[in-house]
Amino acid sequence: MNDLTPPSRIHPSTALAAADVPVSLTINGGVRTLSIAPWTTLLDLLREHLDLTGTKKGCDHGQCGACTVLVDGVRIKSCLSLAVMKHGAQITTIEGLAKDGAPHPMQQAFMDQDAFQCGYCTPGQICSAIGLLNEGRANNAAEIRELMSGNICRCGAYPNIVAAIQQARAQMQEEGAEVGSAVQSTQSTTGGTQGSRGEDR
Amino acid sequence: MHPFSYVRAESVTAALQAAAGNPGAKFIAGGTNLIDLMKEDVARPAELIDITRLPLADIEENDEGGIRVGALVTNSRLAYDGRIGARYPLLSKAILAGASAQLRNMASTGGNLLQRTRCYYFYDVATPCNKRDPGTGCSAIDGVNRIHAILGASEHCIATHPSDMCVALAALDAQVRVTGPDGERTIPVTGFHRLPGDTPHVDTVLAPGELITAIDLPARGFAGHHAYVKVRDRASFAFALVSVAAALELDGDTIVDARLALGGVAHKPWRDPEAEASMRGRKATEETYGEAAKLALRGARGYGYNNFKIGLARRAIVRAMTTAAATS
Repeated sequence: MNDLTPPSRIHPSTALAAADVPVSLTINGGVRTLSIAPWTTLLDLLREHLDLTGTKKGCDHGQCGACTVLVDGVRIKSCLSLAVMKHGAQITTIEGLAKDGAPHPMQQAFMDQDAFQCGYCTPGQICSAIGLLNEGRANNAAEIRELMSGNICRCGAYPNIVAAIQQARAQMQEEGAEVGSAVQSTQSTTGGTQGSRGEDR
Repeated sequence: MHPFSYVRAESVTAALQAAAGNPGAKFIAGGTNLIDLMKEDVARPAELIDITRLPLADIEENDEGGIRVGALVTNSRLAYDGRIGARYPLLSKAILAGASAQLRNMASTGGNLLQRTRCYYFYDVATPCNKRDPGTGCSAIDGVNRIHAILGASEHCIATHPSDMCVALAALDAQVRVTGPDGERTIPVTGFHRLPGDTPHVDTVLAPGELITAIDLPARGFAGHHAYVKVRDRASFAFALVSVAAALELDGDTIVDARLALGGVAHKPWRDPEAEASMRGRKATEETYGEAAKLALRGARGYGYNNFKIGLARRAIVRAMTTAAATS
């Protein structure tokens, strides 16, 4: 045996380790700094590198919405995002929504309204619904249905999902929460392009 | 995805330098289409140049009394911008008819122009496709071509451009501002995308290494009478089978000026100057619109599964023009 490993036995990730890029993100309030291959999607970073498996991989092509997370308070599809491009951003996943052991109002509303069956799409639905409230545009059922069309539920829980979003919206308004503060990280200073959209309305 | 190297550009100059003489490199912004194509093995860039930190995300007045939209402005920010909603509602409506909320939050204005066709065969690397692999043939012409072109196609490619935003931009006579190794230039949106001809792998007239920096909207926004009609297989989050951007300037019930652009029917947003001219000076009636539709579709042909699009387009044009006339 010599020290040379035949090329065919080099694991691709080992062979290409030189291409790794340093990246630092704030995930659910905690700063995570690591070195990753540039082709790592934000979804794979969360699930495979950080064991945050609450965010789901459905289609992996931006069509189902199961991978929806909030980046600087804005809902996006993590399967079509490269993690290296989110350097410096604030990421909120389903694991980061509960506060002091209590579910986020949107999580509670999904339970109250029975807004799921199998639950696989639910983390994406909830993050997307919170993003929708951040956008300030969930004014009626028709608007909610249209603006939630990026989240597919193959169990067909749609009527209950709409009801849950309406419940959470009403509750959060009652509690006087600013729509833009549905998620704490929205108030971060990282300057998401969508964070100040209110000024345009 | 195939491995690639990653460069984070901190300035437009740095981005252009990184792209110069680097044919394997691609700029990336929203990534909603490019990353998908890379996962499908359709796109295999050797290097990605991340342009998301460039200062190209402003919406501001331009010197011509119109509005300049930075290439990195997201689709959702553009669609919901109060100035765009007030002066260019046709553009807002077209953008909001496309994709889903999450994708609109990610996708950039420049990237929307550069998105590639959703032809099934282009995406399926197991099949021949002249757009993906030049010279291999077109699987769609004799294949399942329900979503394909009825205008301006060639024997080499019958793919369509999938954008909604670009259909409105074409109707509005918007301009694309680009910068590259040979300096800056401006390209009309109507001349930005190409017809397939015998080089369907080339979607646009953008030269290698050129970067889109902004879209200029002219002063005239047709806010008074406009409509975007999109016909698709489901109510939301689906590409257009046929879409129509219609805009009218009326004097009473007489048409002073008319704009008509079609989406989902050709390799580019389709405008027909003759069809538009036929409406000027005439009464705003279904008959006028019907004759314009006939003119716009005079060269249309189906390829089997998409034959229905010709009649659908004719009816969609009449509906869009009628709706535009009634809008105020």
